Amino acid sequence: MATKARVGSGSQIGIITRYNFLNYFRARRFYVMLSIMLLISLLLTAVVGYYRPVTFLGIPGESASTAVLGFYGAGWGSFVSIVVILSAAFFGGDAISGEFQNRTGYFLVPNPIRRSAIYVGKWIAALAASTIILLIFAGVMLANGLYYFPGNVPWEFAQSVAFAWIYLVAALSLTFAFSSLFKSSSISILMSVILLLFVFGVIDTVSSAVAGVEPWYSITYGAGIITSILNVPYPAHQLTQSLGSLAGGPNRTNARFQLTTFNATVPEGLGILLVYFVAMAALGLWLFERKEFTS
Amino acid sequence: MAPSLEAVQLTKNFGSFTAVSGLDLKVQGTKCVGFLGPNGAGKTTTMKMFTGLIAATSGSALINGVDVSKDKKSALASCATLIETPEIYSSLTPKEALSMICEIRGVPKAERGKRIDEALGLVKMTEWENKRVGSFSKGMKQRVNVASTLLSDPEVIILDEPSTGLDPRGMSEVRSIVKSLSDRLVFMSSHLLAEVTEVCQEVALVDHGKLLVYDTLENVTARFSGGGGSVQVGFSRMVDEETASKVSKLQGVQGVTRSNDRHLIVRFDPKAVSQDKLFEGVAGLKAGAVSFEQASGLEDAYLSLIKETL
Ligand SMILES: Nc1ncnc2c1ncn2[C@@H]1O[C@H](COP(=O)(O)OP(=O)(O)O)[C@@H](O)[C@H]1O
Ligand SMILES: [Mg+2]
Repeated sequence: MATKARVGSGSQIGIITRYNFLNYFRARRFYVMLSIMLLISLLLTAVVGYYRPVTFLGIPGESASTAVLGFYGAGWGSFVSIVVILSAAFFGGDAISGEFQNRTGYFLVPNPIRRSAIYVGKWIAALAASTIILLIFAGVMLANGLYYFPGNVPWEFAQSVAFAWIYLVAALSLTFAFSSLFKSSSISILMSVILLLFVFGVIDTVSSAVAGVEPWYSITYGAGIITSILNVPYPAHQLTQSLGSLAGGPNRTNARFQLTTFNATVPEGLGILLVYFVAMAALGLWLFERKEFTS
Repeated sequence: MAPSLEAVQLTKNFGSFTAVSGLDLKVQGTKCVGFLGPNGAGKTTTMKMFTGLIAATSGSALINGVDVSKDKKSALASCATLIETPEIYSSLTPKEALSMICEIRGVPKAERGKRIDEALGLVKMTEWENKRVGSFSKGMKQRVNVASTLLSDPEVIILDEPSTGLDPRGMSEVRSIVKSLSDRLVFMSSHLLAEVTEVCQEVALVDHGKLLVYDTLENVTARFSGGGGSVQVGFSRMVDEETASKVSKLQGVQGVTRSNDRHLIVRFDPKAVSQDKLFEGVAGLKAGAVSFEQASGLEDAYLSLIKETL
């Protein structure tokens, strides 16, 4: 019995990451996600190639630097958040609940390993799998961009990709927390998608347009920097338009007819995503540490 | 220090229901201890508290003196576990799944291959070692689960009904594996008396979350089988109250317990009636008795301690 060496938690995180990644990489789900992303890429490539829409390729007379940003904004910018949300939901949405529902936790947990090491290891594996998806999507968009705007890769696109990855980090933290909260895999995946795809969007709109309050507490509001960065100039932090002027009528100053939109500044957006990452990681870990393997 | 498992006032409530109630039990040394009790007695719940799968409501569970709830990682460092029927990531092969356990448990790289081969050989899964677990039957998965407890040379092994889901040959193979682990402390739950009788030297009997007795197999048998004889009588149909009552009125019969629908355990005083006379008596009832055999001592003790089963 002299052959036992205590394994540090850091090494154990690496072990959990490797085997979970192997499991992801062989599982159907990874290829479903890959296909969804490739389908979006393919559609974008085909539509732009065939119709050559001005939203993508620029209005005649527009400067090249504006046009290329417009291209990335219309393609990458419109779809990146769906890719991030679906990846986070697919790879994180049942990461923990699956251990309970599929009973794989009974194989893993009763070993000399902390639950936190399992959690972090699985999280890193999910991040690796989703990062692959995100980078392939960015790669396809970049290839398209280089085709239409050879040699012109705007610095803002690189920033946008970096922001998207940070959004992915925060979103995975949130979907992991969800997967610790629910016992059923399908419910935790579904709740993650609904929340990130719809609920936060509605909250953002209602908060800013109806209540006139900046939705600084919303993860999707923070993620707005991914597309904002592709606009020149960067959108105003707060924009109040009167409905009358929008409708083309006389400019009314009555507050009742005003519509407010907010755009997070880059530091603010990064701050929101960072807070989500930290808070949701803490919440998810706390939930997982207390969750019981019953039934 | 001898390997040990200790429960101190270990209690688990599920809402208002108490599944394990103030369990005090210390098992120590290299031997196999059977954790015996009817379905729902609290065996799995107790073992889950020993392995960190659930938290105790109060009291503590210690492995080699380390409190599981305070430091699960140290407590399980030299303890392998198999609780209920775990599942393995479906796209991994048995070899990969067992490698993962070896790595987590710190089995040196140079030894891993050999250990895994040996363990898979013992559970007769070598042929399947590179196939994905997802396509395996319950019994095949359970064989891999059993193999996973043999990898790291643990001092303590906790097995919760390890033969669940196995075919008769598999059950017998698992019994021989457990018997071969005599240089460790094996704590194995079971509701199968024959299994415990065959592989364990000691037995802890629980019911309704409470420990009824913990002693060597011989002592439990001697203390609770009433000193008399006991036989198991099989019937061709369901045993009704009337039949049971008739049997209990036969000469020399001290008690009758239903062991299942078609079987009665009959305790008798050998001084008052010989076994062959009792046989004739039962047959004379013309109540459909079709078999008559000596009951094991443990069976008798079990039935006298556990009055009602599911
Ligand atoms: N999650 C739970 N919620 C409520 N009751 C439970 C739960 N888990 C187990 N029980 C109850 O606790 C008792 C003991 O269960 P268990 O430990 O699984 O028994 P055993 O393994 O001895 O068959 C049973 O009555 C069971 O119904
Ligand atoms: Mg059980």
